[in-house]
Amino acid sequence: MFRDLITLYLLFFRMGAVTFGGGYAMLPILRREFIQSRSWMDEETIMDYYALSQGLPGIIAINVSVFIGYRRRGVPGGIAAALGMVSPCIIIISIIAFLLAGFQDNPYVRHALAGISVCVIALILDAVISLWKKGVKDKVGLAICLVMLVLSVFTSISPILLVISCALLGIAVRTPQRRAEKGGEKP
Amino acid sequence: MIYLQLFWEFFKIGLFAVGGGMATLPFLQELAEKTGWYPQSLITDMIAISESTPGPIGINMATYVGCNVAGIFGGVVATLGEIIPSVIIVVIVSKYLEKFRGSKLVNDAFYGLRPAVTGLIAAAGISVIQEASIFHWDLYQQTGELLAFFDFKKILYFALVFFAIKKFKKHPIVYIAASAAVGILLAF
Repeated sequence: MFRDLITLYLLFFRMGAVTFGGGYAMLPILRREFIQSRSWMDEETIMDYYALSQGLPGIIAINVSVFIGYRRRGVPGGIAAALGMVSPCIIIISIIAFLLAGFQDNPYVRHALAGISVCVIALILDAVISLWKKGVKDKVGLAICLVMLVLSVFTSISPILLVISCALLGIAVRTPQRRAEKGGEKP
Repeated sequence: MIYLQLFWEFFKIGLFAVGGGMATLPFLQELAEKTGWYPQSLITDMIAISESTPGPIGINMATYVGCNVAGIFGGVVATLGEIIPSVIIVVIVSKYLEKFRGSKLVNDAFYGLRPAVTGLIAAAGISVIQEASIFHWDLYQQTGELLAFFDFKKILYFALVFFAIKKFKKHPIVYIAASAAVGILLAF
């Protein structure tokens, strides 16, 4: 039991330390470690965990880690996996934050950060476009997306409130539609 | 006391941010406005650093913000706050896995959630544009010249980077490193 927990922690520590971007970036390592080397679970289980993790609140990579850890060793397993995943982040980011704080007034660092900020806008735009393709499928989706954009830019309503109301709106719009479609299929 | 507040704020983010790392961005911006713990300009650095270091972006962002607010221990507390809801939720879902997987209600909620998250992240992008000073609103007001409003160097570079991202689909770290070099060479 204890050895399994240590193994889980170390495996996810390594994944957190070498995969850039989390999420699907860690899938190849997950498959190698858990399906091929250890046969702790099968391909379908891991793909299900990914699908579910995207539908749950929180960071996708962490959700997947907890699913896998929990399946192997219950709640302690889930905790060991999540802690393993975040430990390298905490170490690396703390060092960078500390270093950057000392160099913020250096003109070269300032120019570099200004260049990077232009790049960050392009990266966000890229993320928005791919989310748009996956999530905005009809006029209702378009309306929700634009209203949320405007509300978020021009008001200070909490994103928590916006997210909850849109989930409820989705249910309010979609559930009657779905029932009607289902009713229509009957002979 | 600050640690307790950090923990609670990031716990809420972990509980309500649906859609992965970038989905925490609108929450982090609201947190900056609401608490004044860190300036909006920190958010741009945070994204760049989180994208160019290993690990999930959402976790890196939480650690970076926590570190800047209350040192290394702040980073630890913020990160733990953000992942604890995940642990609780995933454990519950694991227990009722079959029911959750086929849930039509969850799918319906996502019909509203997906476009909402897209809109919220786009809004976060707009405030990053303000921080990057691609448009010089103050200069335009002073001089009244429309040309002074635009920073053509940056706009041109933005178009170039975006084209490169779309065309080559390399890892973000490549574009971030190149942009740092360009920023120094062209004195952005």
